[in-house]
Amino acid sequence: MSMPFYVSPEQLMKDRADFARKGIARGRSLVVVQYADGIVFVSENLSQALHKVSEIYDRIAFAAVGRYNEFENLRIAGVRLADMRGYAYDRRDVTGRGLANAYAQTLGTIFSSGGEKPYEVELFVAEVGDTAAEDSIYRLTYDGQVADEHDYAAMGGSTEAATTYLKEHFTPGADLESAIRLAVQALGQAENSGDTRAIPAANLEVAVLDRTRSQQRKFKRLTAGQLGRILGTGGPGDGPGNGNGNGNDGGGHPSTDPSGPDSPADPTDTAGGSVPPLEDPVSGEPERPDEPPVAPPVS
Amino acid sequence: MSDSRLRPSLGAAFLRPGSSSFADFLNEQAPELLPHRRALPEGSAADLAPHGTTIVAATFPGGVVMAGDRRATMGNIIAQRDIEKVFPADEFSCVGIAGTAGIAVEMVRLFQTELEHYEKIEGTTLSMDGKANRLAALIRANLGMAMQGLAVVPLFAGFDLLSEKGRIFSYDVTGGRYEETAFHSVGSGSLFARGALKKLYRDDLDTEGCVTAVVQALYDAADDDSATGGPDVTRRIFPVVGVITADGYRRVSESDVAAVADRVIAARMTRPDGPTASLT
Repeated sequence: MSMPFYVSPEQLMKDRADFARKGIARGRSLVVVQYADGIVFVSENLSQALHKVSEIYDRIAFAAVGRYNEFENLRIAGVRLADMRGYAYDRRDVTGRGLANAYAQTLGTIFSSGGEKPYEVELFVAEVGDTAAEDSIYRLTYDGQVADEHDYAAMGGSTEAATTYLKEHFTPGADLESAIRLAVQALGQAENSGDTRAIPAANLEVAVLDRTRSQQRKFKRLTAGQLGRILGTGGPGDGPGNGNGNGNDGGGHPSTDPSGPDSPADPTDTAGGSVPPLEDPVSGEPERPDEPPVAPPVS
Repeated sequence: MSDSRLRPSLGAAFLRPGSSSFADFLNEQAPELLPHRRALPEGSAADLAPHGTTIVAATFPGGVVMAGDRRATMGNIIAQRDIEKVFPADEFSCVGIAGTAGIAVEMVRLFQTELEHYEKIEGTTLSMDGKANRLAALIRANLGMAMQGLAVVPLFAGFDLLSEKGRIFSYDVTGGRYEETAFHSVGSGSLFARGALKKLYRDDLDTEGCVTAVVQALYDAADDDSATGGPDVTRRIFPVVGVITADGYRRVSESDVAAVADRVIAARMTRPDGPTASLT
């Protein structure tokens, strides 16, 4: 027979929050970036069928990390709510804020009700406006908190590394290609080490809310082919963003060759000829040829 | 439950796994929003509301054209001279409506939402036959109202991405669904429009030829049916014409339809009955 132990409300909530946070952190990250014509969502997703980013309504999209069955449930609920309101009133009366509020209430109720386990999800609800100033991005956490995000945001997995990278490199009003490259680089940032991982285009899920689309529905997915063209499909060691004319050495880690960064797989690409230099000529830091190169920041 | 749509929150019903049909969801959650779930008093309501009249559709290699006149009538009164009766249902299909205009417009909105809802939830679009069957189900549900005089008879057309050709479906009030070949027409002037298309239709028409043929057919319908509106040259009101090809639905611009209609009218100045077809 089990004994009823006393657990303080603070401890109970903390345990539930820890449980949800752990579940969310296990997944891969997702990044949302505003660009000149709208909002782009980029996530690392090995599945072609199970989407993390989806359309909710004309100008509203939904992105989530965490447990698939839980956020899929929330997504369908959002589509039902949006379609029902749009049908009962008018298409213009379906707003991102209304939807974010509905999600906040639902997540908050589930989190604080003792009977259910908290949802291990984190959501973005984004709405594209007629101008960039009218765009809105809402972040919803597992406990029903709503935060208003601007310019860029990241969630799931290595959120901190991605956010730090975005904070350093985000420029407002960028075009779609550079926004995607920025987001992919941010996703590739590893926690703690400062190294960048190249993510193949086939493992990315990218979708946009494009205000310039002539259709009423502004949501569009980008195909792997389009992504490959934007990111450049180079050889080994060719990180995203390289070879696109914007791979300027921004500081941090200058390469040894003005034409591009050093590649450990190809010793001939360095200034010294066939033998790679043992140390960086500018900073004096020793080269680590067994590790992938650090991709230069997007200008 | 009846005001569930007014609350911006996700009740248990929203989170419950269920159908990917929007109409089914409404049926459970807000039945008062469905056209056919309203209780009607006894008696005929046929003369209470405006009626839409003639819709024509014709296929051509690579697509299908649908056109509707602009008149709505209430008995002997012209209720509206610029009503629109051809609507895109989704990217590759459209629906034209004849019958009680109010119910028909509501049904089109429901059908549009139904297709979009399915697409968003399932991540894929319905097949052309699937769409046609969903529309049949909506009409079948309306049978009770049809028996009280509020019938809706749509014409459904679209580009089938699998067979890569235009297809046309007609319906009866009981939800019967019939696929038509080449061309079809519904509404009060449909007999005359169909007669005209029999003589004018060729299966090798290009887009512009097909648009001209349906405008001619609507002219003939207006010529002999008082409820069908002809081209209104003084107010510059011309039929709504939609073209669907592999590129999706496109409404032919007002000026393009006006140009076609002006040519049709100019030719009828010399021969009011329209172009002649050969005898053999």
